[in-house]
Amino acid sequence: MIESINFGFLSPKMIKEMAAVKIDKPELYDPDGYPIDGGLADLHLGVIDPGLRCRVCAGAIGQCLGHFGYLELTKPVVHPLYGKHIFMMLKSTCSKCGKILSDKVDASNHMSLTLAYKTTKAKCSACGEKQKTLKFQKPTSYREGHEELTSEEVRRRLEMITDDDAKLLGIKGGRPEWYVLTILPVPPVTVRPSITLETGSRSEDDLTHKLVDVVRINERLRKNLELGAPEFIIRDIWELLQYHVSTLMDNEISTLPPARHRSGRSLKTIVQRLGKKEGRFRSNLTGKRVNFSSRAVISPDPKLSINEVGIPFYVAKDLTIPIGVTKNNLDELKKLVLNGSDVHPGANYVVRSDGVKKKITEENKEDIIKELTGGYVIERHLQDGDIALFNRQPSLHRMSIMAHRIKVLEGKTFRMNLCVTVPYNADFDGDEMNLHIPQTEEAQTEAEMLMLVEKHIRSPRYGLPIISCKDDHITGCYLLTKKDSKFSKREATELLMAVDMHDKIDEIKGTVTGKELFSLLLPKDFNIKFKSATCIGCSKCEKEGCPYDSYVVIENGVLKKGIIDENSLGEMKGKIIDKLDTLYDSSVVRKFFDSVALLAIEILTRKGFSISIDDMDIDPQHLKKIESIKDKYFERSQETLAAFAKGKIPLIPGMSKEETLETMMQEIGSGIINETGTIVRNNIPFNSAVIMARTGAKGSFVNLSQIISAVGQESLEGKRIHRGYNDRTLSHFKINDLGLAASGFVRSGYKKGLRPIEFFFDAMNSRENLMDKSLHTRHSGYMERRLVNAMQDLHVDNDMTVRDGSGNIVQFRVAEDGFNPMKVHSGKLDVEWLLG
Amino acid sequence: MEDKKEMKLPEGVIQQFDEYCKKRNLTGKEKEKKLDFLTKLIETMKYEPGEAVGVIAAQSISEPATQMTMRSYTLASQSDRMSKVTQGLPRLIEIFDTRKTFEKTMMIYLLDKYNSKEGASKIASMIQNANVLNLVDNDSINLVTMQIELTFSNKSDRDMVKEVLTKYIKNSVISLKDDKVIIKPDDDGIENLRKVLKKVLAYHVSGVKDIHSVIVIKDGEDWVIQTSGSNLKGVLELDGVDVERTYCNDPHQVAEVLGIEAARNLIINESKKTLGEQGLEIDSRHLVILADIMTVNGLPRAIGRYGVSGQKNSVLARANFEETKKHLVNATFLGEKDMLRSVVENIMIGQVAPFGTGLVDLSVDMDKLKENLKK
Repeated sequence: MIESINFGFLSPKMIKEMAAVKIDKPELYDPDGYPIDGGLADLHLGVIDPGLRCRVCAGAIGQCLGHFGYLELTKPVVHPLYGKHIFMMLKSTCSKCGKILSDKVDASNHMSLTLAYKTTKAKCSACGEKQKTLKFQKPTSYREGHEELTSEEVRRRLEMITDDDAKLLGIKGGRPEWYVLTILPVPPVTVRPSITLETGSRSEDDLTHKLVDVVRINERLRKNLELGAPEFIIRDIWELLQYHVSTLMDNEISTLPPARHRSGRSLKTIVQRLGKKEGRFRSNLTGKRVNFSSRAVISPDPKLSINEVGIPFYVAKDLTIPIGVTKNNLDELKKLVLNGSDVHPGANYVVRSDGVKKKITEENKEDIIKELTGGYVIERHLQDGDIALFNRQPSLHRMSIMAHRIKVLEGKTFRMNLCVTVPYNADFDGDEMNLHIPQTEEAQTEAEMLMLVEKHIRSPRYGLPIISCKDDHITGCYLLTKKDSKFSKREATELLMAVDMHDKIDEIKGTVTGKELFSLLLPKDFNIKFKSATCIGCSKCEKEGCPYDSYVVIENGVLKKGIIDENSLGEMKGKIIDKLDTLYDSSVVRKFFDSVALLAIEILTRKGFSISIDDMDIDPQHLKKIESIKDKYFERSQETLAAFAKGKIPLIPGMSKEETLETMMQEIGSGIINETGTIVRNNIPFNSAVIMARTGAKGSFVNLSQIISAVGQESLEGKRIHRGYNDRTLSHFKINDLGLAASGFVRSGYKKGLRPIEFFFDAMNSRENLMDKSLHTRHSGYMERRLVNAMQDLHVDNDMTVRDGSGNIVQFRVAEDGFNPMKVHSGKLDVEWLLG
Repeated sequence: MEDKKEMKLPEGVIQQFDEYCKKRNLTGKEKEKKLDFLTKLIETMKYEPGEAVGVIAAQSISEPATQMTMRSYTLASQSDRMSKVTQGLPRLIEIFDTRKTFEKTMMIYLLDKYNSKEGASKIASMIQNANVLNLVDNDSINLVTMQIELTFSNKSDRDMVKEVLTKYIKNSVISLKDDKVIIKPDDDGIENLRKVLKKVLAYHVSGVKDIHSVIVIKDGEDWVIQTSGSNLKGVLELDGVDVERTYCNDPHQVAEVLGIEAARNLIINESKKTLGEQGLEIDSRHLVILADIMTVNGLPRAIGRYGVSGQKNSVLARANFEETKKHLVNATFLGEKDMLRSVVENIMIGQVAPFGTGLVDLSVDMDKLKENLKK
């Protein structure tokens, strides 16, 4: 267990001590292709070629992690990433004696280097030296007056800072002068492996290329110094060495031109390897690839429980679970080994007590069975009832990953119950999902106890069911529980058989109503009362006496009155599910879901349910009325326009003339939709489409009236359609026409069909929505990343306070009242609802 | 015993329970049984130690955000309130960023004596910020006489501007002529004239600074002044303003004037409103946690690299989020220590983080174990 990690800077001594070899040759290989001693591919630096062994530790590839080398820099060089820090140190200490120039700094200050830097005095109080002005030129040069300081001079000055002063300034990662490099660690070859191409030639890593540059220039500088070259030549080469060391560390320093590959691509050096999405941190350290996982297309299976996931045989044979051999399971496991890896309930590997892993094959399985004893581990195929984590991306939720029980099935897709499509936001138009198999027993039990689907019925977001019935389930339940639905004894028994409720068959005595049938699914002591989705909102609610059967009454597990629809079972509404989940064990809710789904589907298959275009017909006389309403409003819009042209329009406070007109025109448009919508709603014959709209199974009255009467106002950029040609939307209109038709009001319904211009406007609107959606995902994705990053370390502590990662209290009591929104109905404690 | 049970329940629940019993005439044992049941039930609804409330809150807020529209101004502002306030996702991001510049608004409630259309209009006209630029009809430099001429259609404006200008502009002669204010600087070179004109137009004449426009609307019983642009301090100092109800949507101003707790409430209310406008439901508990983390330090701080995430104690957590280079370089220079106490650090090094089931550890009582082994 690692308890903490210290950050610091390597001292020159340390670099030399940890290095295996001194590097001083810019060449990598000799003409025979053999690594040169003291070159950047020196064999002491680690192994990357299979078959070779490390010169230092004798480890083979994979065993030897590599060893550092070191490079002695001929002249010191400023570390480019610490340029600003060095400047601050130089500026806040005396150039002659190295004492701190500020008198504000003492041990109690936080960030004292910044403070010292900001409060420097012009004259050193220790030695009286008057300080010259110091300027920093990014990234690595310093000027005093008109003279540039050499790195040697910088280093000399930093050496003068005493240890105590350094500590006082908060420099605790290493001695100040270390940041001017005299010695450079050369990373092992395992960090920068070369790739052998098909042609046999080697392609070196970017980092190696850069290191070659550094070594080459360093050697050139040494030779020139030895030869006693003139000062300006030395300076030039020294500057070049600084550039190469700088780009070795970071190739994106804004003031330096990036070092480039021969092809013109800029090199990826150390800093570039760490940051950004593809860097070491986000891509390799926080995100890891895993074994024991699988991905496949998903498809529905209403016969599965919500807790189950159906997986194909070939997946089950590939994914395994390790099982320790004991006395008790020996015989069972022997059978699995005998089946081998090709027959389904089989096993793929055996791990002996000494840790050696063997694949089970036709040839060796007899031998394995013979030697099988306690302490061995068998990696057996997945079987029904094993725990798996099931996930669909994007994982926006914690319900995007839930634990399911495996059910091995024929076929090639993953299968799931339809009620769990809601939390995953899945459909079956080609969606794929991932499956992970927890391997340790600890992980399996945790997944089972915390992540099982039945434990996540209610969403922590709003405290209402998220695993819920949809579409056909709701239509089915409506058909089952509506007033006149009756079933003969034979029909009822058949239904119960189909739903797998053999134990309830005895309760059927003679003809039963749908409501009685539904009641069989409920626990015997269950009570609830609420309005159903079919409620039309009468001015005075008759409650139990509702003439439309829209008030659901369940007493002692018997559905006395009311229609079961979206308000009983749907997402964010399902009152029955909600209350079952509050009062009973999660397995009760699971069983309810499984049987409701099955029963509803069974009813639908028996009774049949379909819609046709005729369902969108209403009486011609009402159609005529709708048209006359449209005409009336269009006339009114003309009048408004005329008034506007004359400037006689009554202004709405705070709005200009144009804005007032816009508002009025929008109101006229919505007037048409509202008025014709009511006519449609009141006069459409009772048919399948209406059933779906009423019960909340699918669609709404708005959809119906868009089909029957008018589509309504199309919008663009949050306004009525307003652009295209000069001062008009299309060339079919007069210039400056602001009327309904010219601004994208579609007066035809979908059934009658749109006129070409209307169709064009409709397409404009649709296209905008489509673009909008795809542009906006990344914004909300980034917001989620930021939110999670800011709050990920918040947790409830043992004393019920919310604390961050460092143990600071953020809330004295979780969520102020200590209640978990996932477990509280709608987030509110309602005694009447809990007990009623 | 009875008392202890009741202690566990929140006051509101007890009140509700009493009402419930009264309605059904429950007394004695029956009531006790129900209460027992209720107490047990409610106990199961509490948070358990270890729960990662932060991540759940973050997900609960951002999951509905994926369903929000990107449109900042919606078509449905047709009601009487015509304020151009950013809405939807952009607004939500704005709140979490605690931006200093965005479309600020205020709702100014008034004390009873001004709570009428006339009173409100009067105060509204006092509040609206007006620079010379806002009042002037036409400004020009007369090249013949080398002077600046400002034309006004409103006489009171003209007089007001003149008053302000005489007060602040030096080295010039300021006079009135018809509907014009005429400025004649001592140095009447064309360049100086242009300079002076620019300065003159920017002068603050009346109203409260930063309040660009005002509308008087009726909100229920009250006449309210809605503004775009805000200056909470300036407005609250005015006579007739109801200090208790006046509302401003800028957390920085609210924190400065009313304190950090008020800013916290503002963040909760604003984000709840933004989500609510789109018909998205979210439990307030999540927003409360968010607002708390944004305000624990006493100043509103943003969600993101310059705020909460950039101020974490853990080096690795910061480096993992954004600006990896900066955080690592500083950490090595200052010799920082990462205590590995939160999530990402532990994921990086492959350890169980101290959250949820990882919060607890098992330790073996060796004495008991030996004892049991003997048995």
